[in-house]
Amino acid sequence: MIRELHEKLINREITAVELAQQYFDRIAEKDKDIFAYLTLTKELAMEQARKVDGKIAAGEKIGILEGIPGAIKDNICVKDVRTTAGSKILDNYIAPYDATVIQRLKEAGAVILGKTNLDEFGHGSSTENSAYGPTKNPHDLERVSGGSSGGSVAAVAADMAVWALGTDTGGSIRQPSALCGTVGLKPTYGRVSRYGAIAMGSSLDQIGPITSTAEDAAIILSVIAGRDNSDATSAKSSGKDYTNFLTGEIKGLKIGIVKEYLDGLSADAKDSMQKVIAKYKSLGAEIKEIELPNAKYSLPAYYVIMQCEVSSNLARFDGIKYGMRADDHKDTPLDFKPEDRTLFETYLDTRKYGLGTEPKRRIMLGTYALSSGYYEAYYLRAQKVRTLIKKDFEKAFEQVDLILTPTAPTPAFKLGEKTEDPLEMYLADIFTVTANIVGVPAISVPGPEVSSLPFGFQLMGKWFDEENLLNAAHAYEIHPVK
Amino acid sequence: MITKKEVQHIAGLARIGLSEKEVEKYSKNLSSTLDWVEQLKEVDVTGVEPTAHITGLENVTREDKEREFPDKEKIVNLFPEKKDNFNKVKSIL
Repeated sequence: MIRELHEKLINREITAVELAQQYFDRIAEKDKDIFAYLTLTKELAMEQARKVDGKIAAGEKIGILEGIPGAIKDNICVKDVRTTAGSKILDNYIAPYDATVIQRLKEAGAVILGKTNLDEFGHGSSTENSAYGPTKNPHDLERVSGGSSGGSVAAVAADMAVWALGTDTGGSIRQPSALCGTVGLKPTYGRVSRYGAIAMGSSLDQIGPITSTAEDAAIILSVIAGRDNSDATSAKSSGKDYTNFLTGEIKGLKIGIVKEYLDGLSADAKDSMQKVIAKYKSLGAEIKEIELPNAKYSLPAYYVIMQCEVSSNLARFDGIKYGMRADDHKDTPLDFKPEDRTLFETYLDTRKYGLGTEPKRRIMLGTYALSSGYYEAYYLRAQKVRTLIKKDFEKAFEQVDLILTPTAPTPAFKLGEKTEDPLEMYLADIFTVTANIVGVPAISVPGPEVSSLPFGFQLMGKWFDEENLLNAAHAYEIHPVK
Repeated sequence: MITKKEVQHIAGLARIGLSEKEVEKYSKNLSSTLDWVEQLKEVDVTGVEPTAHITGLENVTREDKEREFPDKEKIVNLFPEKKDNFNKVKSIL
């Protein structure tokens, strides 16, 4: 889709300003019902678009992403733009700097339409935990968009953005992509700089693209990937042009499947996965059954590690340096009169009224698990289990190039269906968290629909092998389903 | 089982004020999540090294040198309460 729009721009069938305006018109028409966007950045977008039009008018060559409009998840800092992370505690936070990925996208000439909705701080799988209200699924407004990057995904699914950035800590790019029918890529841990992304679980978080096609994902990844001195955990290798690897040819590629993952699915979902497997076979891939004996512990290990890291990362939201402080928040009933309060009480009040139910739950669980006497039983044990799961993957990748699973166990569920029991919501991430636990890249691709709703399959690749992953997704897309 | 008293203690450590109702709710929620992660105890982790960095980066260093932030006033503007260019906070003693 990006390539076609690029052709239109250079052939002067449309200007970048007109293209951006088309997207703002569509947002005005559709987003009342869907609620993908928290903030629109029309001034910034039009300024960027005019620059591109100037270059085209002057006969200069433009890059593939120049003038192409996209959306940014609202936990990624865009300079001088409100960045809430879906939380009331950052309701008035204006980012004073650009995240590294934003710097790179701006340098590539991409146009930024606005900031998209998410579960507060990324804590959820449906966007129902956003302090600003849920994003609806464009395919069925009574259903969730998935989460936490639900706004970014819904924006792309409803063509209110050509591309979007999300973040993925346990499936937050891939699970909503599966539920809304978009392509979502979580790169290898460290492939993309996290500088300027509001941290959730620092050993798990990655920023990645949400798009309509694997080729578009490759275009975005090529721009944002690569070493960044501002993120010490970013990988030493530089990024590359991933579109060069999209041959669509996968003869002899070895794809692993895990039998238990398919057995647990509903008949419809299983059928969808069987069709995907059949298609890969017909394209010349070799399908092999593999075993990941410790992978069943990924979800509990993930919740321990993530919550511990959340409790530490969210300690900074205390009403002192930026964001909301309870005593200047006129609408909140305070437990103490501001003038009588100690510093400790300022913290308590600010976090009481500024944070929602799920972040509070995760912070407290993490605090408990890290507190004296419990660290070894929880965090340390989970990190040891993590090592064992990684070893399973190292072994599996000696036999296969990619691993194929469903992205989520079911298509989009109804709004309100899983909000009562946090554990039930956590199970929406059962197939996606493993890639974060072991750090490998993973992509969700729309497969055959289930109950007339989008259903995605997931491919996981070897560490830093985004090439094979994207090419396998591309091969699936360009050969029509039989 | 996490008692209400423990919830209040944890909330204090985490600097989160809670209403009576929330204390009750979290006492139930936290207990059920902790029961659920108990399954990690089934795994034999004897002699297993904990993961520190998943792709194995070690000792990433940089020069200990200050960098000038170009938009200082933008940071100052974010202070919830300020006096001149200073962030005003409650006394800590």
